[in-house]
Amino acid sequence: MAPSEAALATPHPGADGAAPPAVLEAVGVGKRFAGVVALDDVSLTLRRGEIHALVGENGAGKSTLIKVLTGVHRPDSGELRLGGEPVSFARPHEAQQAGVSTIYQEVNLVPMMSVARNIFLGREPRNRLRLIDFPRMHREAADLLAGFGVTADVRRPLNTLGVGTQQMVALARAVSVQARVVVMDEPTSALEPREVETLFRVIEDLHSRDIAILYVSHRMDELYRICERVTVLRDGRLVHTGDLAGLDRTQLVSMMLGREVSEVRRHGVTQFSGAHDAAREPVLTARGLSRRHLLDEVSLQLRPGEVLGLGGLLGSGRTETAKALAGALPLDSGTVTVGGRELRRPSPAAAIRAGISLLSEDRKAEGIVPGLSVRENIVLAAMPRLSRAGVVSRKQQDRIVRIFMERLRIKAAGPEQKVEELSGGNQQKVLLARWLCLEPKVLLLDEPTRGIDVGAKAEVQALIDELAQEGLAVLLISSDVEELVEGADRMVVLRGGAVAGELSGDLVTEADLLGALAAHPSEPPAPASEPAVSETPASEQPACEPPASGPPASEPPADASPSAPHADKEQP
Amino acid sequence: MTQLSPALGRRAVRLAAPAWFQKYGVYTAVAALLVYNAAFTDHFLTAANLRTQLVQVAPVVIVALGMALVIGTEGVDLSVGSTMALAAALLPLYLGYGIVPALLVALVAGVVVGAVNGTLVAVVGLQPIVATLALFVGGRGLALVMADGQLKQIENADLLALGSGEVLGVPDVVLIAGVLALVVAGVVHRTTFGRQLVAVGGNRAAARLAGLPVRRVLIGVYVLCGVLAALAGVLATARLTASDPSALGNLMELSAITAVVVGGTPLTGGSVRVLGTVTGALLMQLLRATLVKHDLPDSTAQMAQAAIILIAVYVARERRSR
Repeated sequence: MAPSEAALATPHPGADGAAPPAVLEAVGVGKRFAGVVALDDVSLTLRRGEIHALVGENGAGKSTLIKVLTGVHRPDSGELRLGGEPVSFARPHEAQQAGVSTIYQEVNLVPMMSVARNIFLGREPRNRLRLIDFPRMHREAADLLAGFGVTADVRRPLNTLGVGTQQMVALARAVSVQARVVVMDEPTSALEPREVETLFRVIEDLHSRDIAILYVSHRMDELYRICERVTVLRDGRLVHTGDLAGLDRTQLVSMMLGREVSEVRRHGVTQFSGAHDAAREPVLTARGLSRRHLLDEVSLQLRPGEVLGLGGLLGSGRTETAKALAGALPLDSGTVTVGGRELRRPSPAAAIRAGISLLSEDRKAEGIVPGLSVRENIVLAAMPRLSRAGVVSRKQQDRIVRIFMERLRIKAAGPEQKVEELSGGNQQKVLLARWLCLEPKVLLLDEPTRGIDVGAKAEVQALIDELAQEGLAVLLISSDVEELVEGADRMVVLRGGAVAGELSGDLVTEADLLGALAAHPSEPPAPASEPAVSETPASEQPACEPPASGPPASEPPADASPSAPHADKEQP
Repeated sequence: MTQLSPALGRRAVRLAAPAWFQKYGVYTAVAALLVYNAAFTDHFLTAANLRTQLVQVAPVVIVALGMALVIGTEGVDLSVGSTMALAAALLPLYLGYGIVPALLVALVAGVVVGAVNGTLVAVVGLQPIVATLALFVGGRGLALVMADGQLKQIENADLLALGSGEVLGVPDVVLIAGVLALVVAGVVHRTTFGRQLVAVGGNRAAARLAGLPVRRVLIGVYVLCGVLAALAGVLATARLTASDPSALGNLMELSAITAVVVGGTPLTGGSVRVLGTVTGALLMQLLRATLVKHDLPDSTAQMAQAAIILIAVYVARERRSR
């Protein structure tokens, strides 16, 4: 391992002396994609038999780091060490051979093959004729799964099983290749609570067999429940490595977001003027929006002339809520009412007719039509209104396009330039124009300033402000805490697909938001009137306890070590 | 003469301006072919020969227009040849009521085929290639059942006139193809339907979020394609003076796709090039005619056509990767 960094970052240096040896290390790893820095001098040490959390927001470099560790990408600088020896994986297969297994978000198995074949894919037991020994394969597969508490017919095709069981199969495969390290990327994102429990039992089992686990998740509760140490990445850099127990949730969240807990609201950094006079009557009311795995009884109201911030960490259901409001996400239950009228059969077209416009988070995939001109992208949604008897009116289109290109200061060679040739910021303005020319009552903005340059960002922020002043109801989603706090008059905080609390009034500060984001779910969310920071440490205590019921955090390595070398030596 | 198509290929590579070539390559190629023939082929640029070429290419152009619309939505319609056969098989059954009812029945068959294709693609969510494969196989089977598997002579004077008639020296068939090309170009560029079609092909997720009637547009596109194919079937039958459901429209889907692709419409959707499609069909026709005039066997023409297709796809690929 690399004692220098660990000792610097770990709050309890005393624990270092007894620390088990490192199995897998990344030392000063750097990686660029087409000139963009994805990882910058990042080091990570996985000790034998530890459960190590890897956290960070979007674009922090988690996926890149995982891919470097598992041989998908090769680092541009720095090196990997396996058991202290420098290694270089040319392909994911080599990493697997060396004992580094990965379980990805989407289960990466062969859906049409049987469970047993999936587990033994590429290393099937053979009989004397060099044919697959099916009886033996089925027996061993069943034994393996039984060890995880899973009873499934191993001859069934994988895709007939639930996602949770599929994940178990992936895990069984990972472990049965004599893994020393298992990397889990958001393993619980598609699991039912019961399945999560099974997964944790399996993780505990792996833990007791001295297999190191790198656990990537956005779910704070899970991290605090099973992980011992944590590494925080932000913008491709290492922010922190250390024991998780010594770190409270607010500290962890503020490290992920890059905000100091003590940092108070700063004025004049963003282009928001602050409060708007919101009308009393809500223009949009959502009640009990639910969708399995994604949303759980989300209710909110939007009033004309206000900017409602939708806060939450990655995966908290912000985008899903916005899509549900815009009719773009089929719901299991829940209603959306606009201007007193309920949307009966929700669809994007129906929502648009009712006056709801959604600026999607994914500009490329769901926003621009790349081959069309700026003009056609702007009028895309409004086209039927700018036509007579199905024939488009170029004159009306040109008028609208001219107005909005001027108002939003869209920089293009002209309205006929292809939209794919514009900068990100100008593409975003084109999309804003597409929605504004519909004269909506409600504007849902999902990450409106992500990935656009500073100048355009300020312009978009000023525009949001202006629109709210003109009486539009705006829902603002942003991972930029500053933008959210200064832009929003009121804030609804989501966690795990459910509303965790509401912050309102002038007292909304970054500290409040961080507190609400980090709060323990069993605790009521921090009320806006109280500083959330002071409350969080109190709610922290119960969070530290679960490791006792989960894998023992302070387990001496000697306990499990007799089995570990054995497992290691079976490595081919 | 065999060097012709490789020569074109080398030029395509050497020009190294794939964007330009995708746009104007097909026009340049047709012009080059005409110039070549003017210089080296006897009796090529005569009115009679050009007339023959145009009459032969007209059904392909009509089918390819529909195909271009479908490909513009990132789809493909394999059932066009079978639709032609279906229209041909229905014609003799209803010609007793006069040409208008018979023509309408044939076109309705095209609407039905298109509606089935469109529903399978837009509502059921099948891959276009699979969805239209069903009627590619089934449509011809149905046509053979209706025609008792037999070739029937057409005796109706009105229908025969459609096949052989002409206005001011231009054959009716050619005239119809030309008018349809203008109509389709108008639909694509001037109507909301046409612009929505292109948007659906360019980015379906964005089109749906923008409230576009994605399903309706897709079904409409396949219906249009079916109707155009049925009309092509009627015209081809009139030219043949016989209804031949077992042979009519065989491999037509491939000729149509070729014309569209060679004409510069990308298979990835989001753009429909009507004039390019017409020219693409012309290019394939002229190429083949040129080789035949030089006493080369049909097999050589097929290989030359294959080379053109490869160039067209290569050029499109180059452009996308930028």
